[in-house]
Amino acid sequence: MSAHEQTPSEVSTGRAQTAVPILPENNYLTAAHGLKSWLLTVDHKRIGILYLIGVSFYFLIGSAFAMLMRFELLTPQGDLLSADAYNHAFTMHGVFMVFFFLIPAIPGVLGNFALPIMIGAKDVAFPRLNLLSWYLFMTGGAFTLYALLSAGGADTGWTFYPPYSSLYTTSAVIPIGLGVFINGFASILTGVNFMVTVHRMRAPGMTWFRLPLFVWGQYATSLVMVLGTPVIAITLVLLVFERLFHFGFFDAAKGGDPVLFQHLFWFYSHPAVYIMILPSMAVISELIAAFARKRVFGYHAVAFSSIGIAVLGFLVWGHHLYVSSQSVYAGVVFSLLTMLVAIPSAIKVFNWTFTLYQGSVSYQHPMLYALGFLGLFTIGGLTGVFLATLGFDVHVHDTYFVVAHFHYVMVGGTIMGYLGGLHYWWPKMTGRLYSEFWGKTSGLLVFVGFNLTFFPQFLLGIQGMPRRYHAYPDEWQVLNVMSTAGASILGVGFILPVIYFLWSLRYGPVAGPNPWGARGLEWETSSPPPVENFHQTPVVVNEAYDYHAPSQTELAGSAVVRTR
Amino acid sequence: MLSFMAMAFQLPFFPEQASSFAPEVDALTLWLIAFSTFFAVLIAGMVLIFAVKYKRRHPDEVGTEFHESALLEVTWTLIPLVIVLVTFVWGAKVYFRLYRPPAGAVEYQVVGKQWMWKTQHPTGQREINELHLPVGQAVKLTMTSEDVIHSFFVPAFRTKMDVIPGRYTTLWFTPTKPGRYHLFCTELCGVEHSRMIGWVSVLEPEEYQKWLASVPVPATPLRQGAELFSRLSCAGCHDGSDGLGAPGTPGAPGGRGPSLHGIFGREIELASGRRVRVDENFLRESILDPAAHVAVGWQPLMPTYRGQIDEEGVMQLISYLKSLPEERAADLAALPEPATVVLPPSSAASEGVIR
Repeated sequence: MSAHEQTPSEVSTGRAQTAVPILPENNYLTAAHGLKSWLLTVDHKRIGILYLIGVSFYFLIGSAFAMLMRFELLTPQGDLLSADAYNHAFTMHGVFMVFFFLIPAIPGVLGNFALPIMIGAKDVAFPRLNLLSWYLFMTGGAFTLYALLSAGGADTGWTFYPPYSSLYTTSAVIPIGLGVFINGFASILTGVNFMVTVHRMRAPGMTWFRLPLFVWGQYATSLVMVLGTPVIAITLVLLVFERLFHFGFFDAAKGGDPVLFQHLFWFYSHPAVYIMILPSMAVISELIAAFARKRVFGYHAVAFSSIGIAVLGFLVWGHHLYVSSQSVYAGVVFSLLTMLVAIPSAIKVFNWTFTLYQGSVSYQHPMLYALGFLGLFTIGGLTGVFLATLGFDVHVHDTYFVVAHFHYVMVGGTIMGYLGGLHYWWPKMTGRLYSEFWGKTSGLLVFVGFNLTFFPQFLLGIQGMPRRYHAYPDEWQVLNVMSTAGASILGVGFILPVIYFLWSLRYGPVAGPNPWGARGLEWETSSPPPVENFHQTPVVVNEAYDYHAPSQTELAGSAVVRTR
Repeated sequence: MLSFMAMAFQLPFFPEQASSFAPEVDALTLWLIAFSTFFAVLIAGMVLIFAVKYKRRHPDEVGTEFHESALLEVTWTLIPLVIVLVTFVWGAKVYFRLYRPPAGAVEYQVVGKQWMWKTQHPTGQREINELHLPVGQAVKLTMTSEDVIHSFFVPAFRTKMDVIPGRYTTLWFTPTKPGRYHLFCTELCGVEHSRMIGWVSVLEPEEYQKWLASVPVPATPLRQGAELFSRLSCAGCHDGSDGLGAPGTPGAPGGRGPSLHGIFGREIELASGRRVRVDENFLRESILDPAAHVAVGWQPLMPTYRGQIDEEGVMQLISYLKSLPEERAADLAALPEPATVVLPPSSAASEGVIR
């Protein structure tokens, strides 16, 4: 990377900064050394880094299974993996990705790191509980990893439907059930922590409607985490008891009902997808505001939409059961409610788009993720409306159409938001900038690879290719080969950040407090921040994203950040 | 909307349209694709245009203060709302048609088990992983599983239904085009899930008759059911022919079980006070778990037949029970033993018809 490449650190608060930034000597990274200082930390920033390591590890495992699956699907015959191995592969792909990456990633990494700073607080409300959450997350993952290494994991799909999962499979359902159960408590405790933090620890002047939309989004997510997760916990307990003690909750021969499991499972797992997307949407609000240097359009609409999605999200689980023998009348009710939950998401997309109007749009790398999100989440969300439509869903239920839809929202939505947020806050977390060239290259590879992987899957689904098949009719090979080619490109796109982020820790230019020239309390403190986040508690007088008023730093007069 | 439904040409990337549902579902799909494409292009277009037109021109530039508009909020709330509500109504209408079989549909039986489909025609022919059907005839499948949840899916027909142990689910369609169509299991059911596949072959009526004649038939489901009724000694409690009085008379001397004549479709009262209409699921449960429903006035004496009879046997028994006509009390004494009932000659038209 050339030393003459324009470094964004020259721009801050709208006024060119002439000094070259240096890393602050006393920051949260240098405050203490050694393994114990990390494993016993109660600093939310370090816990965010711990989550970063954890989720990256589990993402790697989930991705490895994805590659195995896609390589198997290059040919119509089941030749790379045995049928049994394939069933294990997609199950463990789903389990690791959903429970140990998508659900914890943004709240655990970005929420933990940024939320307290953004509200002007020193830490979260319960710092030790925060550390406990991380240990619960890692322990749950360890159980699941143990199940994988010792017994190949489970082969039931991440959805664990009985009676296959309760009476027929001999795979490691119980340790995985326990692992997910333990991990659920990490979610619940983080949700409680964030909610209390937002209620009680905002800096003076930081009213609810001056909060960054990232905080609104995390708050809405926390509602879902706290109210929904106990249901999956108890459902998994019931399943484990069913396997161990044969109580018969889901066994028709004993008067139980296998479809009951589906209701219980989806009662959480549908809101869970909002746990995955709401934080990502929260990041997008920040990125668009920062890189258009404009307040998010319709701030109140976006804030209330987040809460609306969280609430409505609890009322739609039955759209996973349209062909499960559920009554057609129930199907009708769930279809209507599902249509309604699409509306707040649409409102947000329009508001973000209009934020760009008359903005000052920069194409720095995090913004490319936000723009990519707008396109991909729109497609993913619209195909959700397809699936909400009863007459259409019957045809494509349990086909690749569903797989394509949820990957558009979870990868095209959640992961774009996660990567965008990581690239946006990386300078704050580490004090370093990464290579803009490699960043943009990886972003392009991700965008192209992603679409090539998953768009053909919509077509496969309409043609009737079922999910969870490792052998398929010959006529579907071309689309499958395209999908695998895309996945390979996507894989490269995901590996590159690991390399250039690590490289930046040593060789990246120093970022300074506000490399993007953005507004927000996190940009008013040094990069990396001190342990207590601010040398003096800020007093907030500006509205959120106010690019026309002087920044907190300018108002304070005295230099919050030392520069040469 | 009707003009949409009349559409019946092959669309790229769609399976063949081989059932009466296919044009309807495809028309609905085209509507979904149309408005989705419109909005996707609109959003992508606006994003690109704004991102280019408002590109930052110098490092200190910030955006304007235009960031609220109640009019825009209302517009982009109401228009999507109307569109999704229209879509919802249309989708619900198609859904009701998908799952409301017509009265004259010919009944076939399907049992899914790891990892094969066992089908039986009302005329008795059995197939494994295949189903031959005549074109133009409405067909109703009554399905159950012997083990885990499966799902019966024919893409060319645009319909599917889960197949669940412990209950019956139904699926109906009218094949409209002769041909051979993929049948897939679409609910993960174990190791050989990808191989639990087969073919639905739709034939012209004459071809179908020829095919029927070419397949050896042990007996029709109805005849097999009658045989089971006798072999399992159901008549020992349920015959109503040894002076027990009118059907359903409680507490009659020597009577242990209610008469089953005309039982299918009848509304009865249970001991719990609940009134139920007797359907296939009710009869199945009464055979396999009789303590679950006890008719009012009768003692819970019936033993379970679980383990003595498999799912196909239950379906055959139910076929038989559905054929038993209502009898007035006075005729009961004259009724011969079920095993000697002379059944009408087997014919595709008369058997399997819903009462």
